Amino acid sequence: MSVSTLQRPPVEQPVRTGRRRRFTGQSMLFLYTWLVIIWLVIPIFVMIAFAFNDTHGRYNQSWEGFTFKWWGKVFEIEDLTKALWTSLIIAVISSLVSAAMGTGIGYALGRYRFRGSGTLNVVMFSTISSPELIMGASLLSLFVSANLGLGAVTITIAHIMFSISFVAAIVRARVVTLDRSIEEAAADLGATPWTTFWKVTFPLILPAVFSGILLAFALSIDDFVVTNFTAGSVTTFPLWIWGSTRVGLPPQVNVMGTMIFAAGVLIAVVTNIRSRQGKRDR
Amino acid sequence: MSASTPDPTFLRGMTQRRLGRRDALRISGLSALGAALAACGVQGKAKAPGAGASAAPDAVAKYWTGKAKTGHVDFANWPLYMDPKHPELKQFTKETGITVNYQEVIQEMGPWFAKVQPQLSAGQSIGFDLMVITNSVQFAQFRDSGFLAPLDHSKLPNFAKNAAASYSKEAFDPGNVYSVPWASGMTGIAYDENKTKRPITKLADLWDPQFKGKVGMFSDTQELANFGLLKAGLNPDKSTSADWDKAADELKKQKDLGIVRNYYDQSYVDALGKGEVWITQAWSGDIFQKNLSDGTNFKFVIPEEGGTIWTDNMTIPITAKAPVDAITLIDFFYGVDIAASLANYINYVCPVPAAQQQMRTSAAKLSGEDKTAALQVANSPLVFPGQDIYSKLHYYVSFDSVADQQTFQKTFEPIVLS
Amino acid sequence: MNRVKRQLAPYFLVLPGGLWLLLFFAIPMIAMLSLSLQQGDVVYGYRFTFHWQNYTDAIDGYHTQLIRSLIYAAVGTILLIALAFPVAYWIAFYGGRRKPTYLFLLLLPFFVSFVLRTISWRQILTDEGPVLHPLKQLGLVPDSYHLLGTPEAVIGGLVYNFLPFMVLPIYVALERIDPRVVEAARDLYANPALAFRKVILPLALPGVFAGVLMSFVPMASDYVNSEVLGSSSTTMIGQVIQSKYLVTSDYPTAAALSFILMAVLLIGIFAYARALGTEDVMKVAAR
Repeated sequence: MSVSTLQRPPVEQPVRTGRRRRFTGQSMLFLYTWLVIIWLVIPIFVMIAFAFNDTHGRYNQSWEGFTFKWWGKVFEIEDLTKALWTSLIIAVISSLVSAAMGTGIGYALGRYRFRGSGTLNVVMFSTISSPELIMGASLLSLFVSANLGLGAVTITIAHIMFSISFVAAIVRARVVTLDRSIEEAAADLGATPWTTFWKVTFPLILPAVFSGILLAFALSIDDFVVTNFTAGSVTTFPLWIWGSTRVGLPPQVNVMGTMIFAAGVLIAVVTNIRSRQGKRDR
Repeated sequence: MSASTPDPTFLRGMTQRRLGRRDALRISGLSALGAALAACGVQGKAKAPGAGASAAPDAVAKYWTGKAKTGHVDFANWPLYMDPKHPELKQFTKETGITVNYQEVIQEMGPWFAKVQPQLSAGQSIGFDLMVITNSVQFAQFRDSGFLAPLDHSKLPNFAKNAAASYSKEAFDPGNVYSVPWASGMTGIAYDENKTKRPITKLADLWDPQFKGKVGMFSDTQELANFGLLKAGLNPDKSTSADWDKAADELKKQKDLGIVRNYYDQSYVDALGKGEVWITQAWSGDIFQKNLSDGTNFKFVIPEEGGTIWTDNMTIPITAKAPVDAITLIDFFYGVDIAASLANYINYVCPVPAAQQQMRTSAAKLSGEDKTAALQVANSPLVFPGQDIYSKLHYYVSFDSVADQQTFQKTFEPIVLS
Repeated sequence: MNRVKRQLAPYFLVLPGGLWLLLFFAIPMIAMLSLSLQQGDVVYGYRFTFHWQNYTDAIDGYHTQLIRSLIYAAVGTILLIALAFPVAYWIAFYGGRRKPTYLFLLLLPFFVSFVLRTISWRQILTDEGPVLHPLKQLGLVPDSYHLLGTPEAVIGGLVYNFLPFMVLPIYVALERIDPRVVEAARDLYANPALAFRKVILPLALPGVFAGVLMSFVPMASDYVNSEVLGSSSTTMIGQVIQSKYLVTSDYPTAAALSFILMAVLLIGIFAYARALGTEDVMKVAAR
């Protein structure tokens, strides 16, 4: 739910009066905010720094000098690389499938009034707010009861399940704000509902669908708890990290973590700039 | 969701596991094996654990008929159990053309069993053709569930020739029907003498308030219970549920006094390395390898009151895709020179006695520091224990029934999870 | 014909996703319920016997961990409000054109894997790590002092990982406040403190309530932080459930514990919603 609210265009505040009088209070708040931000990014810096640590043994825990060598050797640990690939493949599949299903739900909820929409809302709210632990535990209960076995398929099933509602929420928020007269105009001009949807409506909700895909992707690639319950002997990137902390994390994990971090930040910045440009053009 | 209780018959239909497993096996065309397994499961219930051995000859033939070499084997092992460069596996690939994917995915028996149990009971491959499992509660669970392939000893000539005779008599798998040893090891105490400032010799040191908050114990209930029992002066192997209570009292005392920093799985090595603990329950070979790879100087001792001995075993999961390649690899590890090379690195008890001579011979060819180091391993009582060490070692707690084992779990689990 | 089609359209759209949620969200709950009433052992199978004793056993055995989890989550929530409110307040009222940038900075940790950033804290707080080593060198803390394995470390980790869940709802609530309302209060000779108490706080409360809801539930059921940063004396209920499912394969107890946790959280949410008036919570839910 936070995601949809975040996308509301920021309302510019008029310059307020009485600023000088509250200067000290304000600067303390300023300082406080920055301290919190610094506290938030400390672990990230540590992670990035240790991607450049010239460590020798099996353990990467104390600083022993700067090196780029791990970046060259990033894919040298076979099972770690395989785990990363597994994570990526699951994330791609689950984000696309959940986007398709979630868009359907989001569009229906935003556009139509129909029996059962209330129940659907409650279910969506439940999936978004129920603890991951409970979702993982219940899925494992289902899989062992039905004797289905575990693996990449069950992980993907689980990821699709918890992503659908997020996508649906984002798409619904967009659909609700759509101007219906455009669609009506298309219909008046003789377009079938099908054509209207693909030629008019879909392009309009596409940005929301795209944000949904990105969010679902991020949720999937980072997920640990639900994955741990549904993985069996398959290892994803977070599971590999979890397992190897017991014997020491190799620097390659820091390198991959840094790469994922950088990619995520880059995508966020680019989409943000593009959406701002889009708004300006309109 | 809890408001409407569903129809019990529906639930029963949905959740009868054992029936489901049999069905799955039938569907996958292994109906004969499925029936055998089902019979095995029922038998296991009635007879004492380990009694499944009698059905073996028939089962071996049934399992191995039609199995062929695939040229690749996936191998699941514990961390610190092979030189990270895997020289033995490279040699295996060179000699046989079979490639090996070696993964250090097993860190504790409980989680490993829980991870693969759903897959195995659904008749699916767990992604590994060979796995190394300890003679713990979970070994019995694997065996009694019918998850282990019976080994075809005609494919294990090196094992027959070179393995120490004592291994065929181990109580958890007499006659090596389902498993052959990878290595044995001892559970003792590891410590950092720079921090403890004195040599550690006895179990009581783990209870010494001087090391308050700096003591590590194992989270595996069997490992933990063993030390509690030994501390109370009891023999784990022959212990009763009354003994367990006494041991649990000892362990609770140790915990309540704040002596224990935490209960660890394989991560105890890391904790020792980071100075989080100074003295900890430990497995014999790990400490040696840690010193080797990180230049630390930790010590390992078998406490005066005694330690425990366990065996990690190579087994083939029943759903393995390449059992022939796996058994070829198993036998390869029983070549004297390979066993020597492995023992030389991992420093655990070697199941091949002849490897000691081999190691001494190859050490003689070296010189200087290398020679001393190699000889040290070859003569190490941790790798080739003598009678004096064996007399101090005890076997694990054994269980007569499932109820027995559940009582044990209920006694010790609250210490770890509280 | 066309009308029927139109009426059916939403159902077709909802069908795949709805079915998926039914199959893999609702039905698993039933499977878990059934499992929680079974009896047996992992090797010989579990059988459904209406074994309610699983529930009483679970409460007998693990109420300590359950209560501990609720306490940790409560302390964490209070800390979160203390940390998040000033930050959200400053960004909403003084962030100016940089507001999105500040929000982005607050979200940065989310670009690093949950497990990895928690492990990163472990590395920072370790006994001889960058925080404690200098302090020990200076003699400010005794040599045996440690942060890892303490409740402080676990709660710290929880607060760290769930901060955005508190900041964002409060920010959204504050940001909606029309500055003219505040100015009106000032014009009516309310001093800043009074204006804050009488105007801003009541308007921000729905955000705080939403934040509490969004952070308390995941914190109470978390097991990663206490596993990575805690010790056996900080065991949370999530760890017990995890261990029953994924270490001892004791599914019935694990399922019973999951339901107990869920029930406690649901009762808490409903009591909370009642206390606040359902309308507010529904608004939050709808958002």
